[in-house]
Amino acid sequence: MSVQIDEIRKVAKLAKLSIDESQVSDVCDGFNQILGLVDKMQQCDTDNIKPLANPHDAKQRLRADEVTATNERDKLMQVAPETEDGLFLVPKVID
Amino acid sequence: MNIEQLTLAELQQGLKDKRFSSLELTQSYLARIKDFDATINSFITVTDELALTAAKLADEQLAKGNTSPLTGIPLAHKDIFCTDGVKTSCASKMLDNFIAPYNATVIEKLNQQHSVMLGKTNMDEFAMGSSNENSFYGACKNPWEVSCVPGGSSGGSAAAVAAGFAPAATGTDTGGSIRQPAAFCGLTGLKPTYGVVSRYGMVAYASSLDQGGVITKNAEDAAIFLNAIAGFDAKDSTSVEKANEDYTRLLSASLQGKVIGLPEEYFSDQVDSAISQSIEAAKKVLEQQGVTFKSVNLKTTEQAISAYYIIAPSEASANLQRYDGVRYGYRCDNPKDLEDMFVRSRTEAFGEEVQRRILIGTYALSAGFYDAYYRKAQKIRRLIKEDFENAFAVCDFILAPTTPTPAFKIGANTKDPVAMYLEDIFTISVNLAGLPALSLPCGFKGNLPIGMQLIGKPFSEAELLQAAHQFQQATDWHTKTPVLTKA
Repeated sequence: MSVQIDEIRKVAKLAKLSIDESQVSDVCDGFNQILGLVDKMQQCDTDNIKPLANPHDAKQRLRADEVTATNERDKLMQVAPETEDGLFLVPKVID
Repeated sequence: MNIEQLTLAELQQGLKDKRFSSLELTQSYLARIKDFDATINSFITVTDELALTAAKLADEQLAKGNTSPLTGIPLAHKDIFCTDGVKTSCASKMLDNFIAPYNATVIEKLNQQHSVMLGKTNMDEFAMGSSNENSFYGACKNPWEVSCVPGGSSGGSAAAVAAGFAPAATGTDTGGSIRQPAAFCGLTGLKPTYGVVSRYGMVAYASSLDQGGVITKNAEDAAIFLNAIAGFDAKDSTSVEKANEDYTRLLSASLQGKVIGLPEEYFSDQVDSAISQSIEAAKKVLEQQGVTFKSVNLKTTEQAISAYYIIAPSEASANLQRYDGVRYGYRCDNPKDLEDMFVRSRTEAFGEEVQRRILIGTYALSAGFYDAYYRKAQKIRRLIKEDFENAFAVCDFILAPTTPTPAFKIGANTKDPVAMYLEDIFTISVNLAGLPALSLPCGFKGNLPIGMQLIGKPFSEAELLQAAHQFQQATDWHTKTPVLTKA
């Protein structure tokens, strides 16, 4: 399978990335090279094979629904780009 | 004191015998970093003041007799492990300003034992790469030959240990990122079974493959170091609930009667002849120790790399969506609205390879393609696991090359991502199957080290370390160190 430039633009939009117009054709070529590598998967017959998500086929472990974490809001927010009164500041969303 | 030669075991003994203090050791390593790392570029951050304080504290503990195996021993950590109050960049512009507000479990365990952190090592951005060239802080150089790469993604950790800047370092391995740099730098690198070392506080790349481990001078050190960082952690939902074990316990046991599998698919023409010859010679050494060899098949080897380059980027695209410029990390200047902030922050701060993998992963997971890509790859993943299970029915562990070639030149593969991906052909299947594996030195091609890989059944770390240690009792490849020159 290979993709066209329009599809690359669509994928970039989904991934919240922008590709410079001057580079989009190179990015598309590189992308298609990787799809070429990935297409070797089709050589494998995988009918009736169960997908493997965790190498030990482990189930998600759940913990008791108890409060364990301490409130570290101030410490955690120190690394935020912009905050105000304990809130994360972002550009205006609604006028 | 030639600190660059000393192993963890020797450092432990030296501290115990009061031949040197932790402070003296720490000062010696810091001096060596200062003298030579301008050429190697193995550290992103050197935490000299913190190290000196920690060393003094460790000396107090040693004086009181409150010692753990790594008390007072200086170590380097891959800059992927969160370190409270210290920059944790993952070699990305995205996290260049990120001071971690907490410790990874691995770091916490080592702090509790009063080991000394010398600094945070260079790596491929977000652990994506096989050469350490994808770093916001510049390429790291191979101490054996500075025109060559040290391997990746844990390239800085391997280069730092090879250069004698630290006796051992942490690393992480998603598709070979501990074993390949260990091979390129003449070191022993252990990737434990998935779930043995906590992933808590280890910046996520591909969560079902990522595993922390160690890069050391020899197998005995790897066992000592693994003892200090392994174990169940409730903070990591994929940590395996298992009693702690002593990974040094089998080191001195004989290999008599062990059967080693040789996968036909891993001994192909694509392996450099110097590597094939070194492994042949290594087989003779093991044979003298009572090992027999058996041919095995891992028939899904070629498709493994294809499946990996769907699974890893898919998980990466999901994991890296958190970098949005809101809560931490890079935010672009003067965003005009929310969308602009997301897009420009990510585009300006992620490097080329990271963006490439995010795009591949986003595509593979997008509507209409999931079955053809991600689900297909997960099915192949089960076939790979079954290949190994079948092989382990007739052998104790598997011996293979770690890499097809010794360290390559800086810049040799940067224009061709697929050529770079193929560097991982012998290491990635292990991650897909969640197995433990280690690389250990077995020769040289000119001045460049050659590594070989031992792959074991799940949770067989102690046996792998035994085999590696026994091999190292009969060989001296692991004792070689490069000669460094000042910049």
